[in-house]
Amino acid sequence: MNKPHHLFELFWEFFKIGAVTFGGGLAMMPIMRKAVVEHKNWVNDDDILKILVISESTPGVFAVNAATFIGYKIGGFMGALAATLGVIIPSLITISIISFFILQFKELTLVSYAFYGIQVAVGLLIFKAAIKLSKKIHFDAFAWIVLISSILFATFTNINVLYLLLVGAILGIVYGMIENIKEVKKA
Amino acid sequence: MILELLNLAWIFFKIGLFTFGGGYAMIPLMESELVSRNLIDLNTLYDFIGIAESTPGPIAINMATFIGNEAMVQYGFLARILGSIVMTTAVALPSFIVILLIASLGSKFLESKFVEEAFKGLKPTVIGLIISVSVGLMIRLVFPLIAFDTLTFDFSVFNYQSLIIFAVLIAIMLKWKKVSPIKLILISAVLGMIIYSIL
Repeated sequence: MNKPHHLFELFWEFFKIGAVTFGGGLAMMPIMRKAVVEHKNWVNDDDILKILVISESTPGVFAVNAATFIGYKIGGFMGALAATLGVIIPSLITISIISFFILQFKELTLVSYAFYGIQVAVGLLIFKAAIKLSKKIHFDAFAWIVLISSILFATFTNINVLYLLLVGAILGIVYGMIENIKEVKKA
Repeated sequence: MILELLNLAWIFFKIGLFTFGGGYAMIPLMESELVSRNLIDLNTLYDFIGIAESTPGPIAINMATFIGNEAMVQYGFLARILGSIVMTTAVALPSFIVILLIASLGSKFLESKFVEEAFKGLKPTVIGLIISVSVGLMIRLVFPLIAFDTLTFDFSVFNYQSLIIFAVLIAIMLKWKKVSPIKLILISAVLGMIIYSIL
């Protein structure tokens, strides 16, 4: 394993990753791997795999999770900070620039028409993301019931989404306990 | 202004903390936390998502930067920059702290049955939430006066233009399964300009 000569080198590597990946999240992973494993040899594939697994079971923004973890492996706390700032700052710059112009642009009729179209694409993309996510879980009766209740409560009530998530987590734990008791009884 | 900033930062911290499964999971949270408190209107939120999708960088970070800027719009240039920086930090902070703890203390507690079981309930909940917001959005684009949460089923306004755009985009998505989000958004923008101009 190599070490970066300077924290700035670490920052810059992640800055480049943040600047070129569209869609964020998992789309970023192959590019990140290429940079920190193949080119720089700062971490190995094992670390990449580890952060993928950890991200499955921790909350948060995936790109930040990955940058923090890999940055820490390379350079401790300061490394984590440098990598995280690196991955965030390109967005901060690009989006800030766009933010200052977008309001004027949106006044134009043609641009507002464009956004009518864009919203349609956004709706479809979000739906597609849900379908993709659902392929990652095993659908037993419990998962189906939680899924359908979640859809119904989110659609037809004004209950805060945070509470729904909390209830989902608690239901998972309770269900796990019941399953455990069943298994103990069988044995 | 400071109070407003902190209030919004707290919301983004919560959004960062409760986001599972990628940037899309934060959209239901944003609808519920930001739109219902009138911090941003529904249309602007989805316009932003469209832009966040088609610019580089993580969607969550892009959204935080956008909304931080927008929320401070009446306080001038520097406040807007400050808003962006604060919201972006707030949304990234939970990830940073949690991963730092795991990287330094090890991931033993992740292997506990408790976490695994909680996720068994969380994952279908998140998927349900994402389905709900996306279907809600799509129906609203065609019938803007429908509101499910208040059980208002008003079909009097019908945007058939949106329906046409839907049809074209779905056809594209079915034909080219690997079409990238950016391309789809660009196509949809062009379609929007053409169809709303001529119809």
